[in-house]
Amino acid sequence: MSFINYSSREINCKIVYYGPGLCGKTTNLQYVYNRTNPDAKGKMISLATETERTLFFDFLPLSLGEIRGFKTRFHLYTVPGQVFYDASRKLILKGVDGVVFVADSQIERMEANIESVENLRDNLAEQGYDLDKLPYVIQYNKRDLPNVADLNELRSVLNTTNVPDFEAVATKGNGVFDTLKATAKLVLTELKKGG
Amino acid sequence: MVQPQIVMYEEEFNQIQSVCEKLVRDANAIVVFIVDKNGQLIATAGEYENLDTTSLASLTAGNIAATGGMAKVLKENEFATQFHEGEHQNVHIQIVGQRVILVVIFDERSSLGLVRLRVRKANQALNQIFEILVEKAQDPNASSPLEEITDDDIDNLFND
Ligand SMILES: Nc1nc2c(ncn2[C@@H]2O[C@H](COP(=O)(O)OP(=O)(O)O)[C@@H](O)[C@H]2O)c(=O)[nH]1
Ligand SMILES: [Mg+2]
Repeated sequence: MSFINYSSREINCKIVYYGPGLCGKTTNLQYVYNRTNPDAKGKMISLATETERTLFFDFLPLSLGEIRGFKTRFHLYTVPGQVFYDASRKLILKGVDGVVFVADSQIERMEANIESVENLRDNLAEQGYDLDKLPYVIQYNKRDLPNVADLNELRSVLNTTNVPDFEAVATKGNGVFDTLKATAKLVLTELKKGG
Repeated sequence: MVQPQIVMYEEEFNQIQSVCEKLVRDANAIVVFIVDKNGQLIATAGEYENLDTTSLASLTAGNIAATGGMAKVLKENEFATQFHEGEHQNVHIQIVGQRVILVVIFDERSSLGLVRLRVRKANQALNQIFEILVEKAQDPNASSPLEEITDDDIDNLFND
């Protein structure tokens, strides 16, 4: 749910990065954080356990510039991927304006990807959202690894609704901003429609 | 959409801001801020210059969401009030009208009793203002401020 502030002339939107554990969600945010001008970003917060996996969420506030005198602010969140953190994932989806699904391209993670997309759809439905009606972008991450599934195969399994999708190597930053920009664009277009 | 989007207008924003400023004075607080349940900061008052209010806003919302999850498990509607006691500073958190969160940060110059008392008053005032905002948002004749934005405007944002 976006927040439009006439008084400060700001549009605030929430984008959630979803996907199985260790697919590279936090890495996406870290790359965006490292490559963004200091005055365009706030502090990145990671609520992690001692083993460095995301416990509750990562959070990164980001400004993308002005449209017709309105500052656009995007709040990027990641969810914890591990199955047992389902409660946290549901909480983070509250008020979401756009979703990025980060898939792990490795063949052995195919099942985890499918499970995670289904979990995303279910958790959204529980809050009254329909994934097919939300701004939604898919990223096939870890394309640099040797054991990755074929792009067409990933597409046919994970992108059945033909949403914008990108190949990525989040650790090097390939595809990271393409994914974010495509999502932000869909979110703003949806807002324009008066969503 | 599940909830109508929040749209904040100048008039209500100024009213909310005055409630926050009054609460800082009346409760002898350091900082008062209001966050919506999704973590968007709505208003801030007091000595917040050196405070990372955006981070605090997101963490507050996360905290309230987690506490709300606890409430659900316990079959409570919500835990409307929370208090965190630190060595030097304390935080009082109050859910207002089930949709926004009022946070008061205070130190030994104030007391929990005083803060509670003043928060109760501010809560009533804020409730009325947010009810008006919700009504305005549900008005079918209300136009989206973004209707005039063109696809080119959106494209231009990303051509740098
Ligand atoms: N080889 C490779 N490793 C990656 C890539 N993206 C992330 N990783 C690594 O995968 C691990 C998990 O990443 P993380 O971002 O914490 O995953 P998250 O659980 O989705 O937040 C880390 O060791 C990352 O360095 C990638 O594109 N290629
Ligand atoms: Mg993570």
